[in-house]
Amino acid sequence: MIKFVLMVNRRGQTRLSRYYTPVELSRRAALEADVVRCCLSRRKEQCSFVEYKDFKLVYRQYAALFIVVGITDKENELSIFELIQNFVEVLDKYFSRVVSSCAIMFSLDRVHFILDEIVQNGLVVETNRSRILTPLNAIDKMSDS
Amino acid sequence: PLLRELIRTIRTARTQAEEREMIQKECAAIRSSFREEDNTYRCRNVAKLLYMHMLGYPAHFGQLECLKLIASQKFTDKRIGYLGAMLLLDERQDVHLLMTNCIKNDLNHSTQYVQGLALCTLGCMGSSEMCRDLAGEVEKLLKTSNSYLRKKAALCAVHVIRKVPELMEMFLPATKNLLSEKNHGVLHTSVVLLTEMCERSPDMLSHFRKLVPQLVRILKNLIMSGYSPEHDVSGISDPFLQVRILRLLRILGRSDDDSSEAMNDILAQVATNTETSKNVGNAILYETVLTIMDIKSESGLRVLAINILGRFLLNNDKNIRYVALTSLLKTVQTDHNAVQRHRSTIVDCLKDLDVSIKRRAMELSFALVNGNNIRGMMKELLYFLDSCDPEFKADCASGVFLAFTLKTIWLCPLCHFSFLQAGSYVRDDSVPNLIQLITNSVEMHAYTVQRLYKALLDDISQQPLVQVASWCIGEYGDLLVSGQCEEEEPIQVTEDEVLDVLEGLLVSNLSTPVTRGYSLTAIMKLSTRFSSVNRIKKVVSIYGSSIDVELQQRAVERIMKISLIDVALPLPGGPAPAPAPSVPTSQPTFLLDGISSQPLFNDIAAAGENLFDSLCLLSFLFQVNGANIFEWFILFYSTGIPPMTAYNKNGLKIDFTFERANPNPNIAVITIHASNSTEADMTDFVFQAAVPKTFQLQLLSPSSNVVPALNQGTVTQVIRVLNPQKQQLRMRVKLTYTHKGSAFQDLSEVNNFPPQSWQ
Repeated sequence: MIKFVLMVNRRGQTRLSRYYTPVELSRRAALEADVVRCCLSRRKEQCSFVEYKDFKLVYRQYAALFIVVGITDKENELSIFELIQNFVEVLDKYFSRVVSSCAIMFSLDRVHFILDEIVQNGLVVETNRSRILTPLNAIDKMSDS
Repeated sequence: PLLRELIRTIRTARTQAEEREMIQKECAAIRSSFREEDNTYRCRNVAKLLYMHMLGYPAHFGQLECLKLIASQKFTDKRIGYLGAMLLLDERQDVHLLMTNCIKNDLNHSTQYVQGLALCTLGCMGSSEMCRDLAGEVEKLLKTSNSYLRKKAALCAVHVIRKVPELMEMFLPATKNLLSEKNHGVLHTSVVLLTEMCERSPDMLSHFRKLVPQLVRILKNLIMSGYSPEHDVSGISDPFLQVRILRLLRILGRSDDDSSEAMNDILAQVATNTETSKNVGNAILYETVLTIMDIKSESGLRVLAINILGRFLLNNDKNIRYVALTSLLKTVQTDHNAVQRHRSTIVDCLKDLDVSIKRRAMELSFALVNGNNIRGMMKELLYFLDSCDPEFKADCASGVFLAFTLKTIWLCPLCHFSFLQAGSYVRDDSVPNLIQLITNSVEMHAYTVQRLYKALLDDISQQPLVQVASWCIGEYGDLLVSGQCEEEEPIQVTEDEVLDVLEGLLVSNLSTPVTRGYSLTAIMKLSTRFSSVNRIKKVVSIYGSSIDVELQQRAVERIMKISLIDVALPLPGGPAPAPAPSVPTSQPTFLLDGISSQPLFNDIAAAGENLFDSLCLLSFLFQVNGANIFEWFILFYSTGIPPMTAYNKNGLKIDFTFERANPNPNIAVITIHASNSTEADMTDFVFQAAVPKTFQLQLLSPSSNVVPALNQGTVTQVIRVLNPQKQQLRMRVKLTYTHKGSAFQDLSEVNNFPPQSWQ
C-alpha cells in the first residue's frame, strides 16, 4: 500500500504532501526533509528504489520536480514507478502543458483533487487517464456556467 | 486575496523570518474572517490555510471551518471542506466525529460527485465508530450500477474492514458479481477488496478460491485482446489491473494445489507473451514471477520464472536489476540449482554502482557458494571485500566467513583478508572451525601455510589469525620450508626462520596465553618435520619449566598426548593399535621422534565434524585423564553417541565409547578404555562381558593386559554387540587383574547405556 505521496523541488521545498497512514504533524516536516535528502543525494546510476527505515521509497525526477512515493514492502516497485508516470501524464493533460513545480504549487487544490481520483486510502482507485479527469472536467464546466 | 496571490507574495520572501511574518499576517486575517462567519470567503481561506499547512505552519484553527464547508450546499465548498478534513483532521480530533452526519447525508446525495467525496473522505480517515455507523451505506453503494461510485465504495469498504474487521462478512454478498463488471476501475478496486478480504480471513480465502477461473479468464482477455485505446499503457492493456489480478491469484494459489494448477497455463502465457521492451511489461513479468514462486507451481514454470529474473539481470535498467536481485534472494534457498545458472551475472552485479544492488548481489553470492564454484567465487568476493565501501566491509567479512565455513573447504586466502579486515568481528569458535576446514582441503595445504606464514610476518596482533597460522605451520611446516606452493610463487624460508617466527609469538606481549599455547604446540610438532630438533627441544624444555604454569602444563600435556595418540587410539573400524612404550612422568622427554601426527589428524578430521574444535580445545584445556577424554571426544564427535563410564572402582576406571558398524545398524561397536589411577600397574588384566539372551556379543583381543599406573595409558578392547530386536542394552562385566601382588576380581552390571547406542 502507498504510505504517502510527496512532490518536492530540487531545493527540497515541499510542493505537495499527502499521507495515507497517520503521521503526526510535528513529525512530518522531519520525515519530508529526510526523505527528500535521501532522494536528492542519489546519483544517476542508482536505481529509483530506496530502502528507507522499514519501508521503501520510489522516486522519479521530472525536470526540477521530484515525486516520491512511500510504499510498504509488499508493493510492486516497478508498478508504482509506472503509476507515478501515469500521474504526471494526467497532470500534463489537465493543465494542458508540461507540469512544473510552480504550476503545482499554484493549483495545489486541483492537484489534490486529481490525486484523490487516482489514489484513495493508500490504494489505487483508477488508472485510466480520461476517467480520472472526468469529474474535474465536469465540475469545472459546472462552475464556469 | 486568492490563493495564488498569497503564494506569489510568499515567494517574494527572502528569508525564513520574512516568510513567517507574512504567514502570520495572513493567518491573523483569516482568523478574523472565520470569526465573522463570512461564508463567501471561507472556501478561499481554507484553501490558503491548506497551503500554509503544507509549508509547515499550524492550521488547526481551520478544522472547524472545514466542517462548515462540508455542510455547505455548494459543491466547491464541500470539495475544499473534505480535502481540508483529509489533510488537517485525524481521528484524534473531536471535530472528527462531527463529520459523521455530514458524510452520511452526502453518501446519499443526489450528485454522484458529492457521494464520491464522501466515500473518499470516509475511506481515508474514518474512525472505527464512523465506519460502524456508515458501513451499511458503503455496502449499498458497492451494489450500485454507477461504476464511478462502485469503485470508490470498494476501496472505502477496504478501509471499513481494516478498521472494524468484524464487519467483513457484511460485504460478502456484494462481492458476488463484482468481477463481472466491464469497467476496469471497478474491476481493479474489486480485486483489491477481494485481496484484502482473503488476506484477512482464511475462511474468505477458501470461499474465494472458486473465483480463480474467472480471474484467469479476465487476465486472458487482457493479454489476448487487441489494442484497446481506453486501457492502453505503452502497448499493454491495463497493466495495473494485470498486476493486481496476478497478486490476487498469488494469494489464492498459495498452499492450494488445485488453484495453483488452474492458473498454471495463464501464468506461463503471461510470462512468455508479455512485451518486455518497456517498463510496464517488466512490471507485469515481475509480478508474474512473484506469483509463480509463491504458489505450488510445477518445476518447469519455476525455472521459467527464474530465467526471467536472469534476463532481468542483464537489463540496462537498474530498477529492473534491483527487483531481479531482490526476488532471486527470496528464491535461492528453494530453487538453488536454477539460480546457480545465473551466478556469473549475479557476480557481475557486485561491480554495480548502486549500493542496494551491490548489497543484494553480495548476499546472493554468499548463498550461491558451493564446493564446485568456490575458487571463482572466492576470488570475486575477496576482490569485492578489498575494494568495497567501509559500510560493507564488516557485513562482507562476516558473510564471506559464514558462507565458507558452512559450505566449503577452502579458506586460506580468506583467513588473511577476513581476519585482518574484520578482526573484531570473528567469533570465538571460528578458529577451530577454520582449522578443520584447512585440514580437509588437502591439496591446498602448501598454499595455505605459505599465505598464513606471510600474514604472520605482517601482523601478529590479530589473535585468531595468529592461532590458525601457528597451527598450520606446526602441521605443514615441512611444506613451507620445501617451497611446494603451486598457486603462487613459493617463498624461500628456512627452518630457523620459521622457528624464529613461532618463538617470537611465544615472547610477544601481543600474544594471549591461548595463542602461546598454539605456537608452542606448533613448535613441538615441528620436531617431527624439521631437522633442527635440538633447537626445538631447547624451546620446549624452557617452556616445560616455564614460570607460566599454564604454558608449562600445556607443554607437558601436549607431549604426553602426542606420544599417546598413536598408541591408544582405536580408529573407527580399524585394528586395535600396538602397545605404548612407557612414558616417564617427572621429566618430559622427547617421544615425538618417529611419531608423525599428520596422517592421524587427517583421519580424525575425516571422522567427523567439529572434531578440531575439541582437538584444540582438549589440547589446551583439560586437566585430568587426558588421554581417555581425548579419545572419547574423538569418537563422540565421529558418531554422536556420548561415551559413558561403565565401571569405576578402586582406581580402575572403564569407559565405553561407541560407533556404529556401517553395513549393519543392528551392531553396536563398543570400545572399552580401561585406565588405572593408582600408583602401581594392574597386570594380567582381563575384561569379560556377558549380555542377555536376545543379544549376541563378540569380544576382540585387547590392546594389552597391563593397565599402566597413574593414567599413563589405557587398555582398549573392542566389543561387538548384535541387537536385532533393538532392545535396551544391558551388560554384566567381570574384571580380573593383579595389583601390587594381589589378585583382584569384580563383577558389575552396566545399565547406563545411552539410548543412541541401541536404538
